[in-house]
Amino acid sequence: MIRFILLQNRQGKTRLAKYYVPLEESEKHKVEYEVHRLVVNRDPKFTNFVEFRTHKVIYRRYAGLFFSMCVDITDNELAYLECIHLFVEILDHFFSNVCELDLVFNFNKVYLILDEFILAGELQETSKKAIIERMGELEKQE
Amino acid sequence: MGSTMRGLSVFISDIRNCQNKELERLRVDKELGHIRTRFKNEKGLTPYEKKKYVWKMLYIYMLGYDVDFGHMEAVSLISAPKYPEKQVGYIVTSCLLNENHDFLRMVVNTVRNDIVGRNETFQCLALTMVGNIGGREFAESLAPDVQKLLVSSSCRPLVRKKAALCLLRLFRKNPDVVNVDGWSDRMAQLLDERDLGVLTSSMSLLVALVSNNSDAYWNCVSKCVKILERLAKNHDVPQEYTYYGIPSPWLQVKTMRALQYFPTIEDPNTRRSLFEVLQRILMGTDVVKNVNKNNASHAVLFEALALVMHLDAEKEMMSQCVALLGKFISVREPNIRYLGLENMTRMLMVADVQDIIKRHQTQIITSLKDPDISIRRRSLDLLYGMCDITNAKDIVEELLQYLSTAEFAMREELALKAAILAEKFAPNLSWYVDVILQLIDKAGDFVSDDIWYRVVQFVTNNEDLQPYAAAKARVYLDKPALHETMVKVGSYLLGEYGHLLARRPGCNPKELFAVINEKLPTVSPPTVAILLSSYAKMLLHTQPPDPELQEQIWAIFRKYESYVDVEIQQRAVEYFALSKKGAALMDVLAEMPKFPERQSALLRKAEDIDADTAEQSAIKLRSQQQTSNALVVTDQLPANGSHSVGQLKLVKIPSQNMEASSVDQGRTEVYGAVSKVDPEAASSADLLGDLLGPLAIEGPPNALIEEEQSQGIEANPSSPGALALAALGDQPNSAQPIINIVERFSALCLKDSGVLYEDPHIQIGVKAEWKAHHGRLVLFLGNKNISPLASVRALILPPRHLKMELSLVPETIPPRAQVQCPLDVVNLQASRDVPVLDFGYRFGTTMVLIKIPVLRFYALDMFSELFYTSQVNVKLRLPMPLNKFLQPMTVSAEEFFPYWKSIPGPPMKLQEVVRGVKPLSLSELANLFASLHLGISQGLDLNPNNLVASATFCSDNSRSILCLVRVETDPADRSQLRLTVASGDPTLTFELKELLKEYLINIPVTTPVGAPLQAQIPAPLQLEPPVTPVTNDPGALLAALL
Repeated sequence: MIRFILLQNRQGKTRLAKYYVPLEESEKHKVEYEVHRLVVNRDPKFTNFVEFRTHKVIYRRYAGLFFSMCVDITDNELAYLECIHLFVEILDHFFSNVCELDLVFNFNKVYLILDEFILAGELQETSKKAIIERMGELEKQE
Repeated sequence: MGSTMRGLSVFISDIRNCQNKELERLRVDKELGHIRTRFKNEKGLTPYEKKKYVWKMLYIYMLGYDVDFGHMEAVSLISAPKYPEKQVGYIVTSCLLNENHDFLRMVVNTVRNDIVGRNETFQCLALTMVGNIGGREFAESLAPDVQKLLVSSSCRPLVRKKAALCLLRLFRKNPDVVNVDGWSDRMAQLLDERDLGVLTSSMSLLVALVSNNSDAYWNCVSKCVKILERLAKNHDVPQEYTYYGIPSPWLQVKTMRALQYFPTIEDPNTRRSLFEVLQRILMGTDVVKNVNKNNASHAVLFEALALVMHLDAEKEMMSQCVALLGKFISVREPNIRYLGLENMTRMLMVADVQDIIKRHQTQIITSLKDPDISIRRRSLDLLYGMCDITNAKDIVEELLQYLSTAEFAMREELALKAAILAEKFAPNLSWYVDVILQLIDKAGDFVSDDIWYRVVQFVTNNEDLQPYAAAKARVYLDKPALHETMVKVGSYLLGEYGHLLARRPGCNPKELFAVINEKLPTVSPPTVAILLSSYAKMLLHTQPPDPELQEQIWAIFRKYESYVDVEIQQRAVEYFALSKKGAALMDVLAEMPKFPERQSALLRKAEDIDADTAEQSAIKLRSQQQTSNALVVTDQLPANGSHSVGQLKLVKIPSQNMEASSVDQGRTEVYGAVSKVDPEAASSADLLGDLLGPLAIEGPPNALIEEEQSQGIEANPSSPGALALAALGDQPNSAQPIINIVERFSALCLKDSGVLYEDPHIQIGVKAEWKAHHGRLVLFLGNKNISPLASVRALILPPRHLKMELSLVPETIPPRAQVQCPLDVVNLQASRDVPVLDFGYRFGTTMVLIKIPVLRFYALDMFSELFYTSQVNVKLRLPMPLNKFLQPMTVSAEEFFPYWKSIPGPPMKLQEVVRGVKPLSLSELANLFASLHLGISQGLDLNPNNLVASATFCSDNSRSILCLVRVETDPADRSQLRLTVASGDPTLTFELKELLKEYLINIPVTTPVGAPLQAQIPAPLQLEPPVTPVTNDPGALLAALL
């Protein structure tokens, strides 16, 4: 299962943090700091997987943004790696050509999208179309 | 894109425009101040504003600032009547709070109303929040409603997929909320779902359910296979669910994951269909240019590989898998190479492929030098897993070489693995000593005391090794900048065996002394103590005495007589006095006797490492299920009775002690095992090789039969091939403890009588009395069998701080009898260590199943073995923690405060914030302290949330010492508290504080002793007469006694 999802830029600013396991505040800060340090300096030629404490982090870099998912040691790495990409495709579609600024100013939307995509640390919906349509429905209600 | 909140955008812009961190903080503080004042006066607050402020709080929180107010406002939005506010309330609450937060309790009802209500949007919001942060309390009150939504025909897929994952969360929090009986049919129906979103979510739920109880969901197997077929053939899969041309790779992966939790697939048709799909995946996955397509197809391929391994496919398919993996570990694409290495390691666990994998050894070692640490880690794991007696030398030498250049993050693991492999597969002992000394030299920080103790044990027990080890130590001690561990082991070995080198150049006593003494000024007190002992040994071994050396050593002893550390002081004084006494010196300082056999501390440590995963790994589950058909060691001893490579013998027992007539058979210790292999069932030369081998090793069947007959077992009529070892594991003769030893120990630390250990043959009870620094503990050994227990052995391994004397233990315990063995204890000083009872017995001619956890770095690495033996050895910690030597006191304010203030701070007064405490109310805390012999002083602390306690600690070495304890709790957060401990003795303060922490973090479960124990005594052997007088039953005797 996904323990947490982080979206951080190169400088380590958190753009999105979602935890599916209960962590204390101080622990969250520590985790965000450590994961950033872990992924930011890795060579692009390295694997997209890196061990983190008793779990592993699957990460992918898009321009200056790092998408990291912490999953169980027994989970299927490539499936989660593509799960990150699917999430990015959804964001890209929703914001049409997403960039970091979109995510900064619309962080509340990003949380909404994520809640349609992943729930309880598991994949909920893998159809881009279904999620985009759902977001449209929700916006009408606001 | 809907409405954006202007105020929020402006605030985010402001933050972005801050030139530096300081200005950002100022801006944030200003905003927080503003929000706080607005929240204080709620009347003027429009819902829109409230919503805006709560989003701002989340943004600030995300930037990493503490937001310690406003949680209430966020939570209260959940109860808002309109969607926009409600949505913000739900989302922000699930980000700001975690499942343990008290505020969540207040909204359980609102959430429930939203779930059962008719507004679909509200249902979704509520299910999402509960799915993300719901805890036990939600699980218990909401599970039935969530289940209803999941199977409801009137709900849209949108709601149902959320309900599936919400239920998954609740199940993880409390598995009881899903009632297996009623649910398994529903679960199977859910798998008929056409909507792939619902199916994806339901499949995740199924994985969690089957990992917990696969039996109940067998009806889902064929449906899973159907889903796989549907996807693999791309039949009826909407375009939106294909990803780069691949029908939902995630659902395929999840489905194959679910199938790995079923032990086998029996139905031939289902099995055939599944294998067709798997074959298609294995053969039809090509490497393509598009990265995403490639990743997705390989995600499916690797899951298929795992499933094939699990299903124990035919040889042909297995070799296809190994061939694929062999290809993967040599490709350049790092992700695929990583996964190739990882899956090869998994494959080692389940299939007999070690030899094929060994062919790739060179390639794997290349990956150990890869620039990417992730790849190096996988390579290390694989090398570790594939190591056996044939390649141990190569592999361990590679690891040692890598150790010199490895980065800090990997050194500890490398050192530990190298040490374990060296111990398991040493072709000879001198090689083992070499490896460990090199390890200490290269990575001394990571070589724990256990490892060098082990070297000393081997050297002490093997005379041939002694001159070799001493010479090696001499060479190392000449090196500059030694690690302190090397100084310890080197000086110990030279002190004990240096005299064996006397004729070699540079090794006369004076020279040895000089080389050791050079280190004395720079080492820490524990090492100084070892050095002093070495000097004393050198005096002893230098015959005739060398006056000059004597004078030098005496001078050192005299110098340390007034050293600040008591231990060193004592040694210096005693050695000095002894060395003047001649004959007495000989007696007291004679060469160390051979060590008793003990389990390798190293392997024990390796067991402690546990992985943390949502679902237990399928492979681990499988290897646990398979323990029973794991391994039979049945080969005959080599004809000449000599031991060939592969066995590190810890103890050679003189032949006259052997009960059996086969005088030249030594007892063999199996590493990591707590069993001794009986002479008759003596192990094969490559026993240790087999230990690490994959699970499917079988001994020659004819040997097995001979074994059985020689052991006089009721002949098993089945053919040797059909001898179902699985059934053996179920026999009541297994000598596995039938109670939880750890739990019993913890319980007995808090009370004075109860059962310490019980297996099908024996029950050990204890009853203790404590008076100041004296204690008397009576061991009750009860034979539950109708045959006697022979060769009963009880050895106490006391820690340094206790003086103990165990009265004689009889060699035999008659059938159904109980013997009492009193044990007297005197406490010398404060320490959390407890003595260990090394206990063993033989019981006739039955078979025992003993589990040998070999190593568990991850969930994957565990398996067990079977041995024929009739000897049981166990090591039990005796419940004599420090708190037994406390006497509760209630002190008045007049006594307390002056004493408390007189101790200013560390090291005599220590304070620590303890986190992760088991939530206890104050009265429970007070009860715990009372059972620890700490007297509660009511009302001394004015704050009702605090607790003050005191006791005197009694030891033989010093007068009674007053200890004071103060606990400050936080009523809002029971999971942490501040603990302060003060006493006149720094060691006592520290040990007591650590001990209290242990109890606070892990409150032992206390269960009533009498009744359940009796119920647990398994049905005795069938030979037993049907009626047994109650008075003869030691279980009953013990229960009555207690």
